[in-house]
Amino acid sequence: MPGRTLYDKIWDEHVVREEPDGTTLLYIDRHLVHEVTSPQAFEGLRLAGRRPWRVEAVVAVPDHNVPTTDRSRGIEDPVSRVQVETLDRNCAEFGIREFRMDDPRQGIVHVIGPEQGLTLPGMTIVCGDSHTSTHGAFGALAFGIGTSEVEHVLATQCLVTRRLRNMRVRFTGTLPAGVYAKDMALALIGRIGTAGGTGCALEYAGDAVAALSMEGRMTLCNMAIEAGARVGLVAVDETTIRYLEGRPFAPRGALWERAVEAWRALASDPDAAFDREVELDVSSLEPQVTWGTSPEMVAPIGGRVPDPADEPDPVRRGAMERALAYMGLEPGTRLEAIAVDRVFIGSCTNARIEDLRAAAAVVRGRRVARTVRQALVVPGSGLVKRQAEAEGLDRIFREAGFEWREPGCSMCLAMNADRLGPGERCASTSNRNFEGRQGAGGRTHLVSPAMAAAAAIAGRFVDVRELLEAA
Amino acid sequence: MERFVRVTGLVAPLDRANVDTDQIIPKQFLKSIRRTGFGRYLFDGWRYLDEGQPDQDCAGRPLNPDFVLNQPRYQGATILLARDNFGCGSSREHAVWALADYGFRAVIAPSFADIFHGNALKNGLLPVVLPAEVVDRLFREVEAQPGYRLTIDLPAQVVETPSGERFGFDIDPFRKQCLLEGLDDIGITLRHADAIRAYEARRRREAPWLFTDAG
Repeated sequence: MPGRTLYDKIWDEHVVREEPDGTTLLYIDRHLVHEVTSPQAFEGLRLAGRRPWRVEAVVAVPDHNVPTTDRSRGIEDPVSRVQVETLDRNCAEFGIREFRMDDPRQGIVHVIGPEQGLTLPGMTIVCGDSHTSTHGAFGALAFGIGTSEVEHVLATQCLVTRRLRNMRVRFTGTLPAGVYAKDMALALIGRIGTAGGTGCALEYAGDAVAALSMEGRMTLCNMAIEAGARVGLVAVDETTIRYLEGRPFAPRGALWERAVEAWRALASDPDAAFDREVELDVSSLEPQVTWGTSPEMVAPIGGRVPDPADEPDPVRRGAMERALAYMGLEPGTRLEAIAVDRVFIGSCTNARIEDLRAAAAVVRGRRVARTVRQALVVPGSGLVKRQAEAEGLDRIFREAGFEWREPGCSMCLAMNADRLGPGERCASTSNRNFEGRQGAGGRTHLVSPAMAAAAAIAGRFVDVRELLEAA
Repeated sequence: MERFVRVTGLVAPLDRANVDTDQIIPKQFLKSIRRTGFGRYLFDGWRYLDEGQPDQDCAGRPLNPDFVLNQPRYQGATILLARDNFGCGSSREHAVWALADYGFRAVIAPSFADIFHGNALKNGLLPVVLPAEVVDRLFREVEAQPGYRLTIDLPAQVVETPSGERFGFDIDPFRKQCLLEGLDDIGITLRHADAIRAYEARRRREAPWLFTDAG
């Protein structure tokens, strides 16, 4: 038998039935639910008189709409409030475990899943959210689904789907200091494009991935979807197992030992065939900054805004021209000459403890530039916030002039009150620089947490390595 | 789900690649807990000159005259012609609901983002993949001929132009059947409830840690 990929191994273990044409009924081990993409699914269940198939597999949390300021008065925006209350009501009605807004464990769904040990290797995990790919960092098959599929999984614990193709990205070499998983993700998307992984499960491999922490691997898998791949994956190793041991919902005792033994097999076989392979040496990778309105519009910090006139393809050229007009940028501008109005450190991409540590290391003993209107730090979960406070990171941020907030999705997509005004420019650790993503007319530049912190201090984009060397 | 068999309709060209779901339906409208009423906010940021709010009446809002769907010749379009990687970004099914609620029955593009593609098929909005050079030609024809209509014949898996040219397209046979009959997945899946239960029983023995539940 030829070798199998990690993706194929997990897939094969979850096939309930397969039709001759490849249509597969795939079993889902864990279903994560948030308030935005679930109300219509619960309504569908109610209308059909159905109950969840296996309610213990489901965990819910409100994250997109929650305020990141004082929550004692609830949610001011009535429309957001109704959506969160609807989730509370649906979970109560159907008996689903929910980490409510006032629960210290509440946070961004993709942060709390791993943090609670609800995300385990070898699992199939779905959520009505495209960044579900994040959980693939644990050697789990995790992907985003639409609301019809949310309803389908609630009702049947399965999905009707088809096998993806296999793609492997090898990151070789050693990541230089001041360069992070976020830069790896952005550089990859710059290379293969936002449709580069379409139809594929994308496995990240190579020495540079093996050297990453779980937080770094989650950042990498999180942005698989920005490369078009619904699924990102990293093989299980000691780093994975160490992270999970003792987590609240991880198995314990003899069951833990048995699980770990099974998890150690969760890697692609040496002779497994991939439909597509890409290799990227990170040894000379620079911090990355996006300049346009698609994550593939990215350049190293030492670079310049490109000139659409140099692009031969008319569709691409048109996209670049529109992007530069929207972003208010001229071709040839040095990225280091671009000033920012706001800074956002947060999101399911970069709001874990390691991200906050990396940003704090840059900020320590410095001040946010006077020209920066607002610099926000939004921890990924209540527990990340508590940990950061125990380490004194909140003080470092506050003393520098950052706002220290409650956990949630916040300015990544501006469904709550945190948003950009028209024309405002933001250094953001989130995942999408689409038009209006952070607020109508807002201009987003995607960067790593350290680069966002450096932009806050300098008031413009700078190579964070200069600040790290000076510290 | 609304059935899709054969649709003949006016074509509107959206000549941009990588149209993401944030553009198709901006986030402020995702706060709705309903499935309907998204059509008036479709492409809100491009279509109107002001910023739309949930539940807003759009009748008096200033339209962006440059946006293709606001041009008189494309009023009543039911087929959207688009470029590569249509529907990339977020998994929000609201994007599909907005397109369908506006009146679109199909989107033709050289490629679609995976999640959008799946969502569309589950809502009777047919995503048709045609080769980039064919799409290119259709763009030229639509722009040159006011009132340009295409026919999409799902049983035959063919797109037919006014001049009678026919372009075949692929579709997953299971999804095709669902569209033709207007079937929803859940009922079909529940026919296999015994297989699901048998699978669960086996997995509980093989991998019991997956069932140390969160409930």
